[in-house]
Amino acid sequence: MNAKPVPTELLTPGADGRFGEFGGRFVPETLVPACEELERAFTDAWSDSLFRTELDDLLREYAGRPSILTECHNLGAQLGIRLILKREDLNHTGSHKINSVLGQALLAKRMGKKRIIAETGAGQHGVASATAAALLGLECKVYMGAVDVERQSLNVFRMKLLGATVEAANSGSRTLKDAVNEAMRDWVASVETSYYCIGSVMGPHPYPFMVRQFQSVIGREARKQFQQMCDGADPNVVVACVGGGSNAMGIFSGFIDAKTRLIGVEPAGGAAVGRGTPGVVHGMKSYLMQDEYGQVQEAHSISAGLDYPGVGPEHSYLASVGRAEYPSVNDQEVIEGFKLLARTEGIIPALECAHAVAWIAKESPKIQGQTVLMNLSGRGDKDVAQMMTILGNELD
Amino acid sequence: MKNAAHNHGILESRLRQLRSDGRKILVPYITGGLTGWLDAIRGAAASGADAIEIGIPFSDPVMDGPIIQMASEKALRDGATPNSILHELRTVDVDVPLIVMCYYNTVFRAGHDRFANSLRDCGVVAAIVPDLPLEESSIWATAADSAKIETVMLAAPTAPDERLPRVVERARGFVYAVGLLGVTGERTELATTAVAMATRLKKITDIPVLVGVGVSNAEQAKQACSVADGVIQGASVVRRLLEEGVDSVAQYVAEVRTAIDSSLVSKR
Repeated sequence: MNAKPVPTELLTPGADGRFGEFGGRFVPETLVPACEELERAFTDAWSDSLFRTELDDLLREYAGRPSILTECHNLGAQLGIRLILKREDLNHTGSHKINSVLGQALLAKRMGKKRIIAETGAGQHGVASATAAALLGLECKVYMGAVDVERQSLNVFRMKLLGATVEAANSGSRTLKDAVNEAMRDWVASVETSYYCIGSVMGPHPYPFMVRQFQSVIGREARKQFQQMCDGADPNVVVACVGGGSNAMGIFSGFIDAKTRLIGVEPAGGAAVGRGTPGVVHGMKSYLMQDEYGQVQEAHSISAGLDYPGVGPEHSYLASVGRAEYPSVNDQEVIEGFKLLARTEGIIPALECAHAVAWIAKESPKIQGQTVLMNLSGRGDKDVAQMMTILGNELD
Repeated sequence: MKNAAHNHGILESRLRQLRSDGRKILVPYITGGLTGWLDAIRGAAASGADAIEIGIPFSDPVMDGPIIQMASEKALRDGATPNSILHELRTVDVDVPLIVMCYYNTVFRAGHDRFANSLRDCGVVAAIVPDLPLEESSIWATAADSAKIETVMLAAPTAPDERLPRVVERARGFVYAVGLLGVTGERTELATTAVAMATRLKKITDIPVLVGVGVSNAEQAKQACSVADGVIQGASVVRRLLEEGVDSVAQYVAEVRTAIDSSLVSKR
């Protein structure tokens, strides 16, 4: 057997913040002490049973964990597979983002910060941040690309309703990447009083590691629940969509040592792993869509949450060692996936998750008879207005 | 105070000489690729600049405020690339050292050695990479050292006392004292952190200490120079180039020159 050795456990990055060659801490000098402080605070909190209990209580009594598994009997039969969903869409605020945000907001309070800053694409992380801030008595400022403010106006209103300030990012492509830039600029100016609540497994060390730890609750629950449902077996395939990649890292983390294929589905217009090359932006070294001079290219995706030209460094690592695969689907396939899950199962997925549905539908002839666990990381309510514009006449 | 252990490069030698001549150092920043940028360099050099910092525009400049962001976007839209900027820089014959400011992905994408060599070949003597902190800097610093490119390190107000000496140790050319908590851009007043930062650094090093970020006009430059060896003027220069053109840049540099020179006269 000469098969390439594949990691069977999750990496804990050392002081250099690396997953293999990826990750690191490429931030302006002003932010280095803040990242170091955060690393110490997180390490301390994560090993403190009081902190963990407080977080677990919030996840259970506020966010509604554990989230259930739902077997898709209709769609499974139609595709010739056994399809099971991890229902992160049923969490409070409608997505997996709440898992990390509750952890980070508790940590912010523990560090004595009064204000949190967040970036958001589709608005799910912004809504979750605004929610946690309201609950824990923190001030909250959310940066959102001007294009996304337009296409996700409902979430903008929700954030404001929750007491957050929303600021449109008008620079560059005016989407998620630029919202991150604006949030980082705010953080450089307010670092002594503010906590930057990053929405995905991205950014400078310790964020990719820390957010993965907070999201790993998805994978831990799902492994156990799946085994209970399927006579102790693990799924053949675990599928999740990938923008920055926090919902995917959350569910992958539970199956890293299983004989399970891990599939992260990227949008064709934002396929950082699939089409990118290593680069450094937003504090991390990772795969990145960029031109020959290292200018970051604009992503184009129907879903604001995946409209990001980079990806979390741990995904770059898992791709580079062959532990996870990162195929992509195009916007048309996503629209079909969105309709497919709605019509066959009565579940309207977030457009982000419709990427995972689309890949499963496309791939189904090759995985006949297999068990597939998909992370349904968010619900589609936020996307209904946008889909009404796209599909309006077609549905009449 | 610790004396620098490294050999002084072209930039550092020049700045040390100016300092011992009793002159405060003035470094204007100009975004490469903007309309008129080469003439702005010539004008600044003729109006009293001691060195000139040239920004290579990047798509995601997280240390920059609205003015330099706007300039970067405009230069990129007009087709500027690192190669085109360095190529055009060869045509500039001025008697002051040229420093490049670029974000790390520009270096990383080009390759460390290749980028360092291309800077040297185009007459650049130093580089500032604002998103490459000390802990990540070793690969670049090694490549830069062997190409004789001086790597300027930034020192920020958030750095605890134990950190500053390590940053200073790795600095070549000068130490860039970040004047405030925040990104580049003009402010109505000089932040108290500007002089405080210069004071902290002057206590621990004899490398020239220049304050930048938020030093917004002649008066503020003079204030910063009460302690610092000099100043970097970014957004205030770039805004003039964007809004008023090349002549305005030269006039402004002359105005700041006069202000910081007068501070020396009045001190004596």
